[in-house]
Amino acid sequence: MEIPYTVAERPDTGLNNGKIGIWLFLASEVMLFGALFATYLMMRTGAVAGSWPRGDSILNVPLATVNTVVLISSSVTMVMAWASLKRNNFAKFRLFQGLTVLAGFGFLGIKYVEYSTKFHHGLFPSTNTFLAIYFTLTGLHGLHVIGGMAINAYLWGPGAKLWKTDPEHFTNRVENSGLFWHFVDLVWIFLFPVLYLL
Amino acid sequence: MGNHDSHADIDKTVKTYIIVFVSLLVLTMVTVAVSRLHLPVAAAVAVALVVASIKGTLVAGYFMHLLSERKLIYWVLGFTVAFFLAVLLLPLWTHFDPIIN
Repeated sequence: MEIPYTVAERPDTGLNNGKIGIWLFLASEVMLFGALFATYLMMRTGAVAGSWPRGDSILNVPLATVNTVVLISSSVTMVMAWASLKRNNFAKFRLFQGLTVLAGFGFLGIKYVEYSTKFHHGLFPSTNTFLAIYFTLTGLHGLHVIGGMAINAYLWGPGAKLWKTDPEHFTNRVENSGLFWHFVDLVWIFLFPVLYLL
Repeated sequence: MGNHDSHADIDKTVKTYIIVFVSLLVLTMVTVAVSRLHLPVAAAVAVALVVASIKGTLVAGYFMHLLSERKLIYWVLGFTVAFFLAVLLLPLWTHFDPIIN
């Protein structure tokens, strides 16, 4: 059975099903990260005065700044990939979608350097509550980056076959995967100052 | 974003994406620069969160097309924001109203 309303808008919602589905999913994601941000807030306000470290005294701010730029850039390439499909330029889509996936690898590579340096210095999630929440939040965010990369790589590769048979449906898929990717970027925009700079 | 945008609309939108991109880069540098001033904690938190919120609004508004979305999405997000604030702020009451033996 074919999934209905993948391209046409449902009369009652005014949206195609994929669009409303991804937004509902993102709403649940906001609550998932919200719970962890609340945990951070509780642990920080509950810590003995003066015992909570400033992020930049433990973490590598220059590397995280580069990662912020990488992720922001990947959001632009993602939206450019979608815009290329809207302009019927599949070659450009492939280029921008490929760059988005590569940026994901770049982000994870830098995160790997950060994590391994911490472990090398004997800094683990069990070391203190700051590192516990740092590794939990950035670890969960990293898993989202991997998930987004998998979807984007699929749409760059085998999933792109749909462009030949149903270009509008394919364009909607790219838009929806883009919404997830931008959300991952948005979470990082808050994680960066909260964990590294305050 | 609607399904029937013309090429001209898309060209205009792409220009906006570039402007948003540059703004995000500048705001990232502002965040890092301000953190080096070592402001008092309350001021540092306020500045960092305001800048992050501006960046978040730019990403959501332009890259996620929220500025031109359907009403239903706004309703979904309205509820999400309300519950997000609840999950973030309600536990703090326990901090400001502790049980003292």
